[in-house]
Amino acid sequence: MSNQPERSERYYNLYKENIRRISDKSSPYINSFRENAIAEFNKLGIPTKKNESYRYTNLDTFFNHEYKSYFMPTASDFKKAEEFRCDVTDLDAHGLVLLNGFYPTVNDKPRQLPGGIWIGSMTEAAGKFEDQIHKHYNKYINGNSDGLVHLNTAMASDGVFIYIPEGVVLNKPIQIINLVQSDEDIFCQHRSLIVAEKNSNATVIICDHTLSPNKFLTNGVTEIFVGENAHFEIIRVQNEHNNAGKITHTFMHQERNSFASSNNITLHGGLVRNSTHHFLGGEGAECNSYGLYLADKWQHVDNFVNVDHAFPNCTSNQLFKGVLDDMATGAFNGRIYVHRDAQGTVAYQKNNNILLTDDARMDTKPQLEIYADDVKCSHGATVGQLDDDALFYLQSRGINKREARLMLMFGFAHEVIQNIKVEALRDRMDNLVMQRLKGELSRCAFCMVKCG
Amino acid sequence: MLIIKNLKAEIDGKAILKGISLEVKAGEIHAIMGPNGSGKSTLAAVLAGREFVNVTEGSVTYFGKNLLEMPAEERSKEGIFLGFQYPIEIPGVSMVNFMKTAVNEHRKYKGLEPLSASDFLKLMREKKELVEIDSKLANRSVNEGFSGGEKKKNEIFQMAMLEPKLAILDETDSGLDIDALRIVANGVNKLKRPDTSAIVITHYQRLLDYIIPDVVHVLYDGRIVKTSGRELALEIEEKGYDWIKKEVDKKDLS
Repeated sequence: MSNQPERSERYYNLYKENIRRISDKSSPYINSFRENAIAEFNKLGIPTKKNESYRYTNLDTFFNHEYKSYFMPTASDFKKAEEFRCDVTDLDAHGLVLLNGFYPTVNDKPRQLPGGIWIGSMTEAAGKFEDQIHKHYNKYINGNSDGLVHLNTAMASDGVFIYIPEGVVLNKPIQIINLVQSDEDIFCQHRSLIVAEKNSNATVIICDHTLSPNKFLTNGVTEIFVGENAHFEIIRVQNEHNNAGKITHTFMHQERNSFASSNNITLHGGLVRNSTHHFLGGEGAECNSYGLYLADKWQHVDNFVNVDHAFPNCTSNQLFKGVLDDMATGAFNGRIYVHRDAQGTVAYQKNNNILLTDDARMDTKPQLEIYADDVKCSHGATVGQLDDDALFYLQSRGINKREARLMLMFGFAHEVIQNIKVEALRDRMDNLVMQRLKGELSRCAFCMVKCG
Repeated sequence: MLIIKNLKAEIDGKAILKGISLEVKAGEIHAIMGPNGSGKSTLAAVLAGREFVNVTEGSVTYFGKNLLEMPAEERSKEGIFLGFQYPIEIPGVSMVNFMKTAVNEHRKYKGLEPLSASDFLKLMREKKELVEIDSKLANRSVNEGFSGGEKKKNEIFQMAMLEPKLAILDETDSGLDIDALRIVANGVNKLKRPDTSAIVITHYQRLLDYIIPDVVHVLYDGRIVKTSGRELALEIEEKGYDWIKKEVDKKDLS
C-alpha cells in the first residue's frame, strides 16, 4: 500500500492545521486527550487489510477520497435537518437529531427529563457534567489498536451525551437520529457518551441516515457505561446510500449484575463497518450482541465483535445474521476473550449467512481465547444457500417458490429482529426487511434520497 | 382419482422405484407397507413433487391431469397433501403466517378472496381443536422446538387447514407414543370424507388399527409385490416381512 502513510499523514496534517477549530468549543478535559490520540493515530495509521481485524474490509475508496469539509456544519444546514421527521410515527420516543456529527445547539435545547435524565450535546455536557465526563470519557477504549478510534478522539468535536441517573427507569426509548446531509462530500466524526447509572433501565435507538447523495464518510465512537444492576439496550438501524461509508465503534462497559444488549441492523449502505466491544467488568454481568445485515450490489458490511469476559459468572450471547445478494460482500469477526479468573463464564456465538448468488461473498471468523477452565463456550458459523428441504416444505403447502424464498429469508432475518423489544420499531423493521428482501426501496417515507 | 402406471424413478442415478402401478379411487384408503429401503418414501416424494427424485419412466395421472408436470405448489393447490416423515423446522416463520399464506394461496387458486384476519383465526381455532394441538404451538415458529409428537400433530393440523382430496401420509406413525398415535389417527378419520382418499405409508401395522385401509400394498425393492385387503397388514404384523421377501426372491430366481 504505497499511499498508506501518505493518506494517514493527510489526516495528521488536517488535525494540525485545524486544531483550534476542533478544540474551540470542547472542554479542556476532552481536549487534553487530543495530542496523545493523534500521536497514537500517527503510529497506527488508517487500517489496511494488513490489520488482522480489517482483513476483509478495504477502506481505500473512502479514505483516499478528498472531502470538501471535515468540520462543523453551517446554521442553514441545521435548519434543513430540523425538517427531518422519522416515519416510524407510532414510535413514542425522546428524539434528538445529530447533523453530520453535531448537536444543533443553535436551535435545539438539550432536554432535561424527569428523574434527572439529560440528553444533549457532548460539548455542552462537558461543563454541566464535569464529574461524569472525567469519570467516563475516553475510559473504555483503552488499549484499542484501531487507528480510527484514536483519530476520532483527536478530531471529534461533538456528539451526544446521555445521562441516566441511579435507579431511573425510562419508560420510553431515546432516539438519536444521525443525519448526514450536505451539498459537498464530507467526512464526519462524532463522539458520544452514554452513562446509565446503577439500577437504571433505558433503551437507546440510533438511526443512521444520509439525506443527500454526496459521498460521505462517518467515523463515530460511542462509549457506554452500564452501572451495577442496570438494564441497557441499544439498537442501531443503518439506512444509508451506496456512496456512503459508515464506521462505528461502540464500547460498552458493564458493571456487576448488569444486563446490556446491542443490536446492529444494517439495511443499506455502501460500506459499513461496525465494531462492538463488550467489556463484562463485574461478576454476573450479561450481554447480548445481535446483528443483521442485508447487502446487495457492491455493498460491503463488516461486523467486528469483541466480548471481554473479565470477571466470573458472566454470560454473553452473539447472534449475527446476513443475507448477501449480487456482488455484495460481508465479514464477521467474533472474538470472545475469557480472562484467567473469569470462571463460570458462559459465552455463545452464532453467525449465519445466506448467499443468494455465486458472486456474493462472506468471510466469517470466530476467535476464542479462553484462559479460564470452568467455561461454557460455543460458536458456530454457516455460509450457505436457502435450505432446499424448508423450501419444499413451504411449496408442498401451496406456496409458490418466490414467496417461499421470501418467507425463508424473512424468517431468517426475523430471528434477529425479534430481539427488539420496542414493538413499533420491531414491526417497522420487519416491514423494512420484507421490502428490502423483495427488492423494493426501504427508504423512510420523508427521505428524498433514493438509497437503492 | 390417482393412476400410477409403471413408475420408475432414481436418485443420484440409483434406481429406487422399479415399475410401480397403482390406482386410488375416490373414497379409498390405501396402505403402503414394506421393509426399510423398499422405496416407500421415494414414492411419496415423487407424488408430492420433490425435484431430487428423477422419474425415468411411467406416468402419474391425477384427475386426468399429468401430475408429474405440475410444480409442488400446484399439486398442493390441486388437493394433494404430503404429511412429512420428518417435518422441517423453519425458525423465524410463524405458524400463523405460514398457514395464512398457504390457505390464501389455495383460495386464490380457486378464485376466492383471501380470508379476513378474524375468519382465518376462527378457522385456525376450529382445526386446532380437531387435532388436539396445543394452542401455543400456533404462535411459535414452524415446528421449531416441537417434540416428535407435536410435529406429527402439526402435520395433521395443516392437513385439516388445507382440506386435501388426496392425503399422502409418510410414516406419520413413526416416533409416536400410543396417545399421540390415537390423536393423529383420529384427526385423519375425522377429516375423511366420502370423496377424499388417502395413501398411508407405514412400516408397522399399528397405525392401521386406527385408520382402516381398504387396500394394503407391500412395497419391496421398488416394486409392489403384494396387494390385498386389510388382512395382509395383520399377517405382516404376525409374521414380519421375511416371508414376502423370500417369495419374491424365489420368483426372481426361477
